[in-house]
Amino acid sequence: MTTTTSNIAPIAHLRKAAMRPVFEPGKRYWLAVCILAAIVAWGIVAWIIQVHRGLGSAGYNNHAFWAIYIANVVTFVGVSYGGAVVSAILRLTGATWRAPLTRIAEATAVVTVLIGASFIFPHLGRPERFLELIYRPNLSSPIFWDFIAISTYAFASIVFFYLPLLPDLSVGHEQLVDKGRNRLARIYSKMSWKWNGNTRQRKLLNGSIGLIAILIIPLAVSVHSVLSWAFSLTSRPWWHESIWAPYFVVAALYSGIALVILIVALFRKIYHLEDYINERHFVRLGLILVPFGATYLYLTVADFLPGSYVGEHGVVSVFAAVIIGRYALWFWLFVFGGCILPVLIMALPWTRRIGTILIGAALVDASLWLKRIIMVVGPANYGRVSGLFGSYHFTWISISVTLAGVAAIPLLLLLVFRVVPILSITEMEEIVDHETKLLEEKLQSLKDFNHSDQISLGDPSRKIGIREIVHASSSAQLATSTSLEIQAEEI
Amino acid sequence: MLNNEYTRVKISSHRQRQVDSTSDLPARGPLSRRAFLGGIGTLGATTIAATSVIELFAQSAQAQGTASTGTSSLHQWAMVFDLRNCDGCKACTMACQQRHSLTSEQTWIKVYTMQSSAGQTYHMARPCMMCEDPPCMYVCPVGATFRTDEGLVLVDQEACIGCRTCMAACPYEARYFNWTTPPPATKIPGMKQSPEWPVPQIKDTVGKCVWCADRLPHGELPACVAGCPMGVIYIGDLTTDAAINSAGNVVKLSDFLRNNDAYRFQEEYGTNPRVWYIPGHGQDLNNDSASS
Repeated sequence: MTTTTSNIAPIAHLRKAAMRPVFEPGKRYWLAVCILAAIVAWGIVAWIIQVHRGLGSAGYNNHAFWAIYIANVVTFVGVSYGGAVVSAILRLTGATWRAPLTRIAEATAVVTVLIGASFIFPHLGRPERFLELIYRPNLSSPIFWDFIAISTYAFASIVFFYLPLLPDLSVGHEQLVDKGRNRLARIYSKMSWKWNGNTRQRKLLNGSIGLIAILIIPLAVSVHSVLSWAFSLTSRPWWHESIWAPYFVVAALYSGIALVILIVALFRKIYHLEDYINERHFVRLGLILVPFGATYLYLTVADFLPGSYVGEHGVVSVFAAVIIGRYALWFWLFVFGGCILPVLIMALPWTRRIGTILIGAALVDASLWLKRIIMVVGPANYGRVSGLFGSYHFTWISISVTLAGVAAIPLLLLLVFRVVPILSITEMEEIVDHETKLLEEKLQSLKDFNHSDQISLGDPSRKIGIREIVHASSSAQLATSTSLEIQAEEI
Repeated sequence: MLNNEYTRVKISSHRQRQVDSTSDLPARGPLSRRAFLGGIGTLGATTIAATSVIELFAQSAQAQGTASTGTSSLHQWAMVFDLRNCDGCKACTMACQQRHSLTSEQTWIKVYTMQSSAGQTYHMARPCMMCEDPPCMYVCPVGATFRTDEGLVLVDQEACIGCRTCMAACPYEARYFNWTTPPPATKIPGMKQSPEWPVPQIKDTVGKCVWCADRLPHGELPACVAGCPMGVIYIGDLTTDAAINSAGNVVKLSDFLRNNDAYRFQEEYGTNPRVWYIPGHGQDLNNDSASS
């Protein structure tokens, strides 16, 4: 296999950094994998006990027939949207600063949608009959369409993860051969589908990635809408709301981008990607959170006001329980901790630091999970004939299974990046190359302009070697092209 | 798998019910459905003077509002609760739980104490409403809930995947999940677990009132009907337009409903339940202010 691209300059340190987790993940990698695997294993044991004892052992009862597991499905499938957005929307809008984040974001999308889908199994009383959804489906059931939507989206996000990986596998293959990792090298060579980086291949690949980046956006919207219709196609107060579909979509975007922030920070730290991912990336992701957080808050008001104002019995009972009653503490914790505080952190310039952004992102994800629990348990608890509320409590089983899902995110990502380059090498090289060329053109035209107008150019040493300047700052400084432009203009 | 004695009701896209053409009902056990029809029909005929079958059908369809059975089946089961006689003793619940070996939380027929807008307390038993447009059936992802051509909504617990969407969809909270291993059932010789005889209940699947679907073909009263000491509960048939309670009172169903201002519970959900209530607060038991 030859180099990835014939006319794009490779960046050696980037290629090395992207493959470092594959070659030398470090001692703490094994420690982390062991601890996380133990938590996941414990959750699986808890689930087996639950299957043996019945769903009642997870705290379920006739007044809380849906609870923690379906809330987990919604939460995990929801956060998966963040990866899709960071990658797809930023790719389509040509935001070049995304490049060092896309691989991590896309992998997060794949991993979380798979974990979210798996939470359907503890949710079911009879998981062993799951295949009935395929061989005796009822097409009028929203649950059947949930199944279709989640599987389609999971498949699409895997494709969306795989396509940009193709040229990087080819790059990785060389390094693997150099280091004598022949087995993985063979897999890389198979998976990269004879990629040699010629113009035709690149055109085809970029076209496919562009297409799937467009497709995955409506697909993700549909998944979260269909997920919400599992609730709002019943006549239960609060579930039966037309606002639930957009509610779910916005919540997915909001919590998803927050998770991308957390995951990017984690892997930046453990695999020392500080040269490529800097505070600027976190600030920009944080700024994307602001409109979504504000929209979610707005939708919450729009959701509660009409029902509370009119006074239909069931709706008012549930709303009262949420706003001033039994769930009020959790609800207001969500409003302040999950919407107002994070939005303020991201919006105010003096709190926009990596540390505070991380705290804000963690608050978003935790409190949106809480919000989903309220949204699921509240209406389920409400007895529609008696008008009384039942109760629901977590048990050690339901908590263990849920924690297993949380631990599975970093665990699966650690394992993924043990075999896959953690940065999108080709994408970053292409962008650096492209921006270098642009700068050179600008500089050239500036020079021509100066020559014609007889204006002094200042220190001549600064206009030469612009390629070296860019390369020195390299992909780490993808976002710094603006400052380079300014520099160039100063000249 | 599905009991092939029932023709399964399928849902077409515009929510109309279609019935398989193979709906020639096979006889079951020593007494056929026809025999039961004979029983209830003869009783009905004594009270019904000379009214043509077609007219009766038209009346019963009228009584149901929008409903039209549209099938050629022999029976269309219905239930009436005469609340004027109900003192809320819960004998119906206990009879049901005993017959089906249920836990005390599994109140397939549940007696609610309600408050009328005039401030009176009354008791209202809620069995499965056997809706003509059952939301539970539409949302079941694997078709484990189905509707027979006699209008009974039943659950195939051998197919139920335990997703509980039906519990979310039912506006009457009439469905009960088996959250743990069900208690051992009293065995009745010759009876096998089936959608119409869901005994014992199956762990981690959903169960609900079946109107004692195993008894109806034999001309026997459901456990709750038979167990009501006040004769509150009538089991009836819209096709023959007759209903009967535990005291042996036989009424012409359409007249009984019309003359007593019968209503259906939470009709606004458009489920077209097959259960009617005759308003009252136990006044026939000299229980006027009735808060027992």
